[in-house]
Amino acid sequence: MPLFADTPDPWLTLLQYVILGLTKGSLFALIALGYTMVYGIVELINFAHGNVFMLGSFVALTIFGLVGVEKAGDPFQDAALIVACFVAAIVFCGTLNIAVDRVIYKPLRNAPKLAPLVSAIGVAYIFDNVGLFWGGPQDVNFPNLLPDANLFDETAKIRFTAKDLMVVGVTVPLMLALTVFVKFTSLGTAMRATAQNPVAAQLMGINTETVIATTFAIGGALAGAASVTYGLYVNTISYQIGFQNGLYAFTAAVLGGIGNIPGAVLGALIIGLVTSLGSFYVGERWTSALVFAILIVILVFRPSGLLGSRTREKV
Amino acid sequence: MKPYRLGWEPAIFLMLLAYPLLPVFESSFFALTKRSLGDQMPTVFIFAILALGLNVVVGYTGLLHLGIAAFFAVGAYVAGILTVAAYPFNVPFPVVLVAGTLAAALLGLLLGAPTLRLRGDYLALVTLGFGEVVRFGLKNLDAVTAGAKGLSPLPPPTGTETGIDWISDYRPFYYLTLVLLIGVSVVLSNLERSRLGRAWIALREDELAANCMGLNPAKLKLAAFALGAGLAGMAGVLYATRLTSTAAPDAYDFNRSIFILCCVILGGLGSRPGVLLGVFLLVGFDNILSPILDTAIQQTFPSTETRIYRTFTGWRLCIFGLALILMMRFRPEGLIASSRVKHELHPDEVVASTVHPVTLHGIRREPEAHS
Repeated sequence: MPLFADTPDPWLTLLQYVILGLTKGSLFALIALGYTMVYGIVELINFAHGNVFMLGSFVALTIFGLVGVEKAGDPFQDAALIVACFVAAIVFCGTLNIAVDRVIYKPLRNAPKLAPLVSAIGVAYIFDNVGLFWGGPQDVNFPNLLPDANLFDETAKIRFTAKDLMVVGVTVPLMLALTVFVKFTSLGTAMRATAQNPVAAQLMGINTETVIATTFAIGGALAGAASVTYGLYVNTISYQIGFQNGLYAFTAAVLGGIGNIPGAVLGALIIGLVTSLGSFYVGERWTSALVFAILIVILVFRPSGLLGSRTREKV
Repeated sequence: MKPYRLGWEPAIFLMLLAYPLLPVFESSFFALTKRSLGDQMPTVFIFAILALGLNVVVGYTGLLHLGIAAFFAVGAYVAGILTVAAYPFNVPFPVVLVAGTLAAALLGLLLGAPTLRLRGDYLALVTLGFGEVVRFGLKNLDAVTAGAKGLSPLPPPTGTETGIDWISDYRPFYYLTLVLLIGVSVVLSNLERSRLGRAWIALREDELAANCMGLNPAKLKLAAFALGAGLAGMAGVLYATRLTSTAAPDAYDFNRSIFILCCVILGGLGSRPGVLLGVFLLVGFDNILSPILDTAIQQTFPSTETRIYRTFTGWRLCIFGLALILMMRFRPEGLIASSRVKHELHPDEVVASTVHPVTLHGIRREPEAHS
């Protein structure tokens, strides 16, 4: 379904869907970063990560419900409320992620890798159930606070709304901040050292447990930010958004090379483009199949993902 | 090679074979719970075949497979296409059973071949993705699969004319599925001790070492994928035939794969009796215990309010999740552990053993990390 019946120029249509895809992709990237960072440090596919994201959106929804906001009103009040929701969701998701790590994954640090993985599936199940109780089995409306009007002239050929701008405005600074944190702070350096070799890092005096907790906190915080962004962007949430978006984000992380931060962003942008372009050129209902088909093809040729380093097996 | 031991598996199978012959059990179970155990058992047997198939890939060979439901679906849809009236084939049931098994096994090879180079976690995601591709394929190819409705009705295994009543009497399906399950179980128990089975376990423990000993990992992995997929396909044929419908493609989603994986893990990876117990517990939980408790809660606390948390079924995911977490924490080897896995997980309990403590399932982890 083309957005404009009166834009016959195929290149403009392509550009429009590329913009949409990159917007969607940057949202996936926020979630994907949580998967990839946790994997980089503790080699665990945190299956519950998408569900943490889902719970974050319910926290925001509950706050909107408490204040009694359902649609756009006074812009300043709305802006303050949105900021409050972002803070609440970020704090909630970050804390939840640390708590899960402390209670459930930490005792399994030295267990075979399958044990934390299966536990993560268990945590995902429990969170799904909590989301089901919280929001019910149906889709719930998320307050539509941002205008849908085109930021360019309404007659412009390319459409870019305040919502798209908000997504970019949230995701890009967060990713930049994360890059600066990982590259230039001492905790970030400790993080990279632990990812490379936990034993050596420990011998150098790094408290790996602090590093692990920080990683879970950052991953959760990014998921919290993503959850409010998602709610404001899509305007419907349900307990199932965790699984759907988590799966795409996880796919993105693996596509880029799991454990690799720029890789996760690259993978997420690719997935965003594939879903957006695929829904226009192939058909909405084939997009999921297309995403996974492309994933399989890419992994066949690059078994460690696009940017993943090809590690030699240790003997 | 360890000598053949007759465990208590034959005893269980004998008891299961005898169950329908002694209606007193069925009627007393019915009097107790208002539900037919015999009706549920074929489902248990079908899922047990599926879980044993998954066990070949995850338990023996140590490849984390998250898309087993795709092969289950392929079996079901092959059965549907070969038998429903909308298609002209009308193939007899034994041929369908073989065709469904082979088609799924072939698809398993197709998935296996390109993924041989992938390491543990990447493989897990690819199998997951493959499962979703198959599900969306089935959903979207309306012309072949009837889309979201699924194909129906499938005729009973002996056709409609014969005197066997496949619908209201549970026993024909009970015996059909049980006999196939026993067959699969016997084949697998022999395979476990064969050259191939031991090669799989060697691969699971250490791929590199196995390779150095002259084993061909590619061939072994393909064999495991094909066998696991084939068994899943066989289970799919039985499932669709019993349901008289292929069901909607969404019945074969990621949750189904995870459910079966939970059965295998709960019972014990790599342990056949464990897998059977795991399936029995989880299917029993869903189909017998939950409805009974739901009615009980409704009767004890009558309420017009229909909130989800007022039903026992509403707590299903919580209970599953908690069970998985507790199992991993306190009994990671499963309820009925395979002795080898137990050695691996509790090396300190092994007295004067020749078994070396090794990591579980080839997914290696340096033991000294984070200590």
